[in-house]
Amino acid sequence: MIQISPHAEAALTCTLDERSLYLRRLVLGSVRSAGRGHVGPALSLIEMVRVLYDDVLRIDPKNPRDPNRDRAILSKGHGCLALYALLADRGFFPLSELDGFCGPDSILGGHPEYGMVPGVEASTGALGHGLSIGVGLALAARLRERSYRTFVLLGDGEINEGSVWEAAMGAAKHGLDNLVALIDYNKLQSYGPTDYVLPLEPLADKWRSFGFAVQELNGHDVGALRTTLKQVPAVAGKPTAIICHTVKGKGLPPAESNADWHHKNKLSDSELDAIRVAVGDF
Amino acid sequence: MRNTAMNMVHKLAARDERVLYIGSDPGAGTLRAMSKEFPKRHLIEGISEAHIIGMSAGLAMEGFVPYVNTIATFLTRRCYEQVAVDLCLHNMPVRLIANGGGLVYAPLGPTHQAIEDIAIMRALPNMTVICPCDADEAARMMEETLDWKGPIYIRLGKGGDAIVSKAEHRFEIGKAILMRPPGEVVMVTTGIMLQRALAAADLLAAQGIRAGILHMHTVKPLDADALLQAAGGTRLLVTLEEHVPSGGLGSAVAEALIDKLGSNLPAMLRLSLPDRFMHNYGSQDSLLKKHGLSPSAIATSIERALAASHTSAPQLHST
Repeated sequence: MIQISPHAEAALTCTLDERSLYLRRLVLGSVRSAGRGHVGPALSLIEMVRVLYDDVLRIDPKNPRDPNRDRAILSKGHGCLALYALLADRGFFPLSELDGFCGPDSILGGHPEYGMVPGVEASTGALGHGLSIGVGLALAARLRERSYRTFVLLGDGEINEGSVWEAAMGAAKHGLDNLVALIDYNKLQSYGPTDYVLPLEPLADKWRSFGFAVQELNGHDVGALRTTLKQVPAVAGKPTAIICHTVKGKGLPPAESNADWHHKNKLSDSELDAIRVAVGDF
Repeated sequence: MRNTAMNMVHKLAARDERVLYIGSDPGAGTLRAMSKEFPKRHLIEGISEAHIIGMSAGLAMEGFVPYVNTIATFLTRRCYEQVAVDLCLHNMPVRLIANGGGLVYAPLGPTHQAIEDIAIMRALPNMTVICPCDADEAARMMEETLDWKGPIYIRLGKGGDAIVSKAEHRFEIGKAILMRPPGEVVMVTTGIMLQRALAAADLLAAQGIRAGILHMHTVKPLDADALLQAAGGTRLLVTLEEHVPSGGLGSAVAEALIDKLGSNLPAMLRLSLPDRFMHNYGSQDSLLKKHGLSPSAIATSIERALAASHTSAPQLHST
């Protein structure tokens, strides 16, 4: 039996504030418009992305390629609806783009594409690539003596990939304390529980043994995320890993911890009603 | 060729601070002089090719020009998705310097023999594929890589390949070099097959057969104009490659020719390795000889194809 982290229990019962509900309305509105989308992986990410873009990243939506900006890569690219909602809300592109999600003339595909979407730093979706690219960005900052930081958001299923652990070794080798890996630990991947598909525990010990300074928290606790993310690096000279205990589908009761909501092809009337009950009109 | 290309990385690094060397776990002492002069730009990252490709993409996004170097099969087979997505989809100026293209690692067996690398690299949008013929050409080639937009796959021979290129040939990515004017035959070569083609052409000349040579150091983008010009007026066009028949130089040439159907095209003979892994060791030279790619075997194949084309309409031949 794996031990249930207190953070994981807290994630289940965490109450969402109005901004978190608003961002969920944006995400679910895109799913309704497109008739498809990765719902569960986006809803588990909302608070992580929200705190990054609202409170942590040094970014300017009017100058998305500012060389001194902080870099953020959504390595679990299928969670892109959360990223798109935040980028649109922060003014990187018009909110109306969200309605075109996955449409023929949209800039917003089912996985984020570099060069297509302002604010997207790398094309992701093929899993296990983001941390290596992040190591490159962080190493470039070091070589150029620049002060920007690099944040990489990883899925728990994604870290099945060996390339993630190659990147972790590389980050530790170079002592990249300007690099932060945020792991969305919702404990459910496409087929089923991570503990069944490919057990990850002891996850914190793994990252620690690979040379990272490790923090664990409730990934839906905006305050805890804000405090932790504003204090990176956790240890000077080491890259930071923040294990965010989350709930897949968080905030939408029928979707919570339900693998059937990993990807939705369409929403039934009763599902639309359930969404309205959970997040209000959307 | 390999040492020359490596030393060119050092020279380019001295000239341009964007240049990085990234090796996986290369031989001891690789680019030691560069590691001393530019320690921050000489990176040894371990046997982690999937990660190295992603990392080099991240560095390129920030304006660096990484030269990534390891054995050819590990740069191609092992991390194909990273090459496709991180380098080609992002269109990043990363240079993949592949040691031991073709059968250089013959004694080490099929895991180390890069016999399909041209095909799979050529299939990727935005990728450029270059196979220099000798050390001098490798040096000229490296000069041109500094400012080329997008990723480049550089297939290197080993060392000791006869120098047959000349300074006056110069080097331009995507521009084939006419080494000998076409006669009734023209051979199209890439990499070190040029040396064999030159020797084969001499053997054919002794038989009264004039054979031209077009050196296609860049397989992608293919110089279709030079190809069509060289093919015009010949009876037989022969491709020579140290590669399986699928997807390599012969395929690229056939595709370019087929796009010009209706032109007065010659018959075509594709000389390559067979469509199988090489289960023999020995040397690069012995394996090439075994598979009909020695100069004398090439000349014989061409004589036979010419004889056959006397009695039949133009058609495609293959080994």
